[in-house]
Amino acid sequence: MSEAVSGTTAAIEVRAVEKRFGNVGIIRDLNLSVARGERHAIIGPNGAGKSTTFNLISGHIAPTSGEVKLNGDLISGLRPFEINRRGLSRSFQVTNVFARMTVWENVRCAVLWATGHRYAFWKNVDSLPEVRERTAQILDDIHLTHRRDVPAGLLTYAEQRELEIGITIASGATVVMLDEPTAGMSHAETDRAVSLIRRLTEGKTLVIVEHDMSVVFGLADRISVLVYGHIIASGTPEEIRRDPKVKEAYLGEEAH
Amino acid sequence: MTTAMTSTSKAVADPAGGSLRFYGVWALGIIVLIVLPMLFSSGGSLTSFSLIGIAIVFALSYNILLGQTGLLSFGHAVHYGLGGFAACHMMNAVVSHGWPIPLPFIPLFGGLGGLVFAVIIGWVMTKRAGTVFAMISLGIGELVASSSLILRSVFGGEAGITTDRTALPKLLGWSFGPQLQVYYLIAFWLVLSAIAMYALTRTPLGRICNAVRDNPERVQFIGYDPHVVRYIAFCFAGFFAGVAGGLAAINFEIANSAYLGAIQSGLVLFSTFIGGTAYFFGPILGAILVTYLQLGLTSLTTVWQLYFGIIFIGIVMYSPGGIAGLLMMHRPLIRAGTLWTVIPSYLVAIVPTVALACGVILTIETVARFSGGDPINLFGVAFNATSPVTWLTAAVLVAGGFYVARLTWRRIADAWDRAATVARDRGYLA
Repeated sequence: MSEAVSGTTAAIEVRAVEKRFGNVGIIRDLNLSVARGERHAIIGPNGAGKSTTFNLISGHIAPTSGEVKLNGDLISGLRPFEINRRGLSRSFQVTNVFARMTVWENVRCAVLWATGHRYAFWKNVDSLPEVRERTAQILDDIHLTHRRDVPAGLLTYAEQRELEIGITIASGATVVMLDEPTAGMSHAETDRAVSLIRRLTEGKTLVIVEHDMSVVFGLADRISVLVYGHIIASGTPEEIRRDPKVKEAYLGEEAH
Repeated sequence: MTTAMTSTSKAVADPAGGSLRFYGVWALGIIVLIVLPMLFSSGGSLTSFSLIGIAIVFALSYNILLGQTGLLSFGHAVHYGLGGFAACHMMNAVVSHGWPIPLPFIPLFGGLGGLVFAVIIGWVMTKRAGTVFAMISLGIGELVASSSLILRSVFGGEAGITTDRTALPKLLGWSFGPQLQVYYLIAFWLVLSAIAMYALTRTPLGRICNAVRDNPERVQFIGYDPHVVRYIAFCFAGFFAGVAGGLAAINFEIANSAYLGAIQSGLVLFSTFIGGTAYFFGPILGAILVTYLQLGLTSLTTVWQLYFGIIFIGIVMYSPGGIAGLLMMHRPLIRAGTLWTVIPSYLVAIVPTVALACGVILTIETVARFSGGDPINLFGVAFNATSPVTWLTAAVLVAGGFYVARLTWRRIADAWDRAATVARDRGYLA
């Protein structure tokens, strides 16, 4: 997969990134390269800095030093909406939707910037055909059409997770980052979510943080292992499975 | 009961024919505004209607902040007041320079007054939402209100700036001397502003305002800068508050420091919240009720602010969705056809609840008038504040009313649960 789509520049290039909170270094000398079109999973024990890595790439927090590039352009130091406008979109580990707005409104809001309507206060939002079509398409994709008029806060947990994915992909971003999309789901729900992710990120670059190893090894083209804020190994699932450092630091301990 | 309320606030999508009903409601509103002075033509009612119209525009503008964008402002009257001053200065300038600008265009300059200040101060103010914004708005409100007494050339000091609306060029023979003509001017601007503010909620910006209200963090990850969203919303709110201030300036022919003070800011917050922030028409109901109470209660009792406080606390605690929220929670029941099962328990509850309210009123008035004051007149029945009979009556009404009322309130809750369950089964409730 990665060989087929990859270009010359990587979709995401993280180089020598460090993040300190006071004297505590959460992320040390982080290097990560994700090729275009690749499905890349980041795994690691709890507290390894996986979510912090997501936050650093998506602009939620700024790195103390080092640089992050998106399709070759420097994005470290930019604010989240600036990075999002350049084609990177992320979901959150804890469901982070617009609770009082309906499912339809949630997805539509995520479509508006990408369709060029920005801060427009002179257009009727209900009569924008391309917005309506795209919103309907995404609702169909995430199987929530029948719940379109329900406030997002009243959805079931699994539905909220699906909506979370829907909002993330709605802008049509070419780089999609999902933070534990299947956390807290049952087996059946996880299977559903994985096939959903597989289908919706077709042809896009995907970076995923995941605890469920069957999801990781089933979905990812490449895997990076993060331990104490440092990537100790990066490679194909087969390489990661065989890597002695990974076995020692992570897989061995938890006996996967 | 409150949890039931919030979960019922939204229902299933409108069926076809919704747009007909939508335009019908607006047309009905406009017809009511036209016909109202024909039904109630006394000077007192015309004055009341004019004040209510102004209050509605002001409350709707406030809801752009509170209900739509989630910004709690304690200083919204600043824009209202500056709009009033801008309108007064403009009217005086029109008269002294002989510009051909008739009175109906003046509220526009009021709006610009409110807008200009919002544009200047808003960028800093809207950097953060929540407590930071609330505190800054309080500070700015006090700052401008006290400046208005110091900067005499602009604000006219204690006396304020006076003007004469009849001195402006006539429009279609209307001098705007009589209150009836002023009423129609206010009604016209009310309709115009309400349509514009409603339309605003239906634009991409309006929807993103809602998103910023619900979750400003996530908005950043769908491409929007919440700061910019809040700033634009703040400017719109400032403009329409200025329009309301301009209308007030026309109505009273004066603008003074009371326009931009904390009391005015509190009153608009109060109206908007009581009416309900979650629905567009909420602040309209709130503005009508609060203005009406304000006009009515002040002539009945000296402690009218106490009643305002009690109503406000009651709404905050038991119906955070306001009057609009209370009304709209019945919509799924109407659709499911189960409303009639709840009505009897409402009717039963009215008697003890009214008794309880009478007891509370009697107690408050007894305390207020114990050391002098007029005798209490409660719905035509006279009470003497110093008489033990009055105290006993109040005590019995409060204690007995509360005891019985609580039983009937439980009946309502039970009936409500049953009706809601049926509505849920029939798919009218999420």
